[in-house]
This record gives sequence, C-alpha cells and structure tokens, in this order.
Amino acid sequence: MIDALAYGIRLVGHRSINAVWRLGAATRFIGLVIGRSAMAFRRPQLTLDEIHFAGVLSLIIIIVSGLFVGLVLGLQGYETLKRYGSAEAVGTLVALSLVRELGPVVAALLFASRAGSAMTAEIGIMKSTEQLSAMEMMAVDPFARVISPMFWGGFFSMPLLAAIFSVMGIFGGYLITVVIIGVDSGAFWSQMQASVDLRHDILNGVIKSVVFGAAVTAIALFEGYDAPPTAEGVSRAVTRTVVTSALAVLALDFVLTAFMFTGV
Amino acid sequence: MKRTTLDLWVGLFVTAGVVALFILALKVGNASNVSVSDGYKISAEFDNIGGLKVRAPVKSAGVVVGRVEGIVLNTQTFRAKVTLRIDKHYPFPRDSSASILTAGLLGEQYVGMDGGGDEVNLKDGDQLKITQSAIVLEKVIGQFLYGKAAESNAGGSAK
Repeated sequence: MIDALAYGIRLVGHRSINAVWRLGAATRFIGLVIGRSAMAFRRPQLTLDEIHFAGVLSLIIIIVSGLFVGLVLGLQGYETLKRYGSAEAVGTLVALSLVRELGPVVAALLFASRAGSAMTAEIGIMKSTEQLSAMEMMAVDPFARVISPMFWGGFFSMPLLAAIFSVMGIFGGYLITVVIIGVDSGAFWSQMQASVDLRHDILNGVIKSVVFGAAVTAIALFEGYDAPPTAEGVSRAVTRTVVTSALAVLALDFVLTAFMFTGV
Repeated sequence: MKRTTLDLWVGLFVTAGVVALFILALKVGNASNVSVSDGYKISAEFDNIGGLKVRAPVKSAGVVVGRVEGIVLNTQTFRAKVTLRIDKHYPFPRDSSASILTAGLLGEQYVGMDGGGDEVNLKDGDQLKITQSAIVLEKVIGQFLYGKAAESNAGGSAK
C-alpha cells in the first residue's frame, strides 16, 4: 500500500521534472536554431528548398480543405441566419470566422500534420542514421545547414498558407450561398466589408498564423532532434509532434484571442 | 545562380500567398475605412450612455462621420462624458445635438448627430449642449408597468 503510494508520487515527480527538463532543452534548442540562422539567409536556396517542401507541397491540402470549410460554413450559416431573415449576413459570418479563427487554426493543424510530422521524421532519421554526427565530423554545423533553414521555411510558409486557406474558404462560402443558393451578391460582399476590420480582424489573424507557424515548426524540429535514435523512437516522436502541436495551437489560440478580441 | 523549377514553384506559392493577403485586406476587409485620425474632437455629456462603446460610429443621417474616442464619468455632474472625433470634411453647426441610438432592435449602439441651424461651426474641443440619452429598456418597461398599474387602480376605484 505504502509502496504503491510512494511509487505513484515518485512517478508524478519524475514525469514533472522530466517535462520541465524537456521544456528547458526545447527553449535552448530554439535559441540555437535562431542563433545559427545566418546561413539560412546567406544561402537562400536552402530556405527556398524548405519553403517548397513545407509550403508548396502543402498547398493542395490547404486549398481543398479551405474550400470545403467555406462551403460548410456558408451552408450552415445560411440555414441558421435564414430563420432570422438575415441571410445576407452569411458573408460576415464566413469571413469573420475564417479570418479570425478557422483560417489560422485549421491551417496550422493541417500544417502540423502535413509538414511538421515530415520535419520530425526527417530530423529523427538523420539523427538515428548518424547523418547529423557525420556532418559535425565534416565541420558542417547541422543546426545552420539543416535545422535552421527548416525553421525559417516553416515560419515563412505558414502565414501564406493561412491566408490562402481563408481566401479559399471565403470563395467556398461565396460559391455555395451566392452562386448555388442565390443570396444577393452585393449584400454578401458589402455586409462582409462593413464588418471585417483591416487591423482588428485581418492583421490579428495574420499575427496568429505567424505565431502558430513558429510554434508548430519549433515543436516539430525539437521532437525530431530529441527523438531516441531508433525506429520506434522516431515514430513516437512523429506522433508526439502532431499531438503537441495541435494542443499548442489550440492553447495559443485561446491566449491570443483573449488578448486580441476582448475589451474594446 | 542557376534557376531551378523549384524556384518557380516557390515563387508561385509566395505570389499566391501575398495575393491572398491582398484579397483579404482589400476585398474582404475595409481598408478604405474612414480614417478620422485628423478630424476635430468634440465632447457631449449624457445622462446615460447605455451600451455605447469606444470606437462606436458617429452617424448623421445614416452616414458615418466619426468615431467615439473616449468615455469617462464626469464626477462633478455624474453624467457620462463622451469624446467624439469627427471627420474634418464634415463641419457641424454649433447648436447640433447628439443622441444615442440603436441600430435595429438588438443592434449595437451608436451616436446620432443632428445638425442645427447656427452659422458658427463646432471647433476642436467644443461641447455639445443638447443631448439625448440612450433608451434603457428596463426603465421603459418599468414606466409602462407603473402606468398600467395606476390606470387599473383608477378604474377599480371608479366602480
């Protein structure tokens, strides 16, 4: 009885100390990545490669899901707003929910599962096959050569992906409500433009997507770098990347929303 | 530097992203929003501002002419002092009045300005003399019920 209790307490303590340890290591890791990013800008080809990988190759999933999210929002919004005789406000509903929340959040979740997991796997396998150590042996800094360009690639791609997601979503909403259902096109756009504010809504949405991009990429790179150098270790690291970044994105979203959209 | 097809794709991606941002800024948002930062400032005191908020629009005949810039309580008179910034393209006579209105039945509250007939226009820092407070629904209902009660009492005693 006492033994089981002691074991439980020890386990909790071990877990929490481990978590704090990892957090500290992650912070130092991000510091290193940003500190050694000179090469990523001096040789832009490295960063371009990563933008191609993280951004261009994620375009299809972002465009298609953005379109479908917009279609669903338009349909659901129309069904509800119709009851109150204000079906034209569906433009406002679609634009505000996409620009403020769904665009950055869903794009970040997709980005984490599409690009973040691949980054973790790449770094993890490079580590387990000792490619990173080999680089160090050749006096090539793996942080500067591999990890930092990945970070900046993700950092620059994510806001663009979120913007494309929002635009596709608004286009989807337009398609379903104006083209198919027949809401007045002028009212759709004018109501939207009257209520979406450039600074308060759009700029805040872009800030969110920048923060999410940095967070997801940082988590993915750290999990890859921290993965045990075995097949199982890498696969667990990939899972952890997706889970942790999803949680981080949602938690950060709450914090940022609380800062941005409360009060006046 | 050798150009690669990869560069082309990255270029296309960045262009698409920037175009998307521009569409959001210009087509979806109101970048051409009336900027009233260089307007003139006037103030008005109300008995009750209801749910008026900072940044609420100031409208005259339905046209947005300015924004609410600040709301404080004047502790001398215990009335709400509302600062309004009005676009410099819209001069108002000195005896204009301000009232707090509601957009629709449940909409947000805004300040309505009615132009007066004075030949002198309002200057920066002036205060509006004539104001009308927000209608507080509870008070209206209270008055209505009170009136009803008085009515039925009067009717009862007459019998």
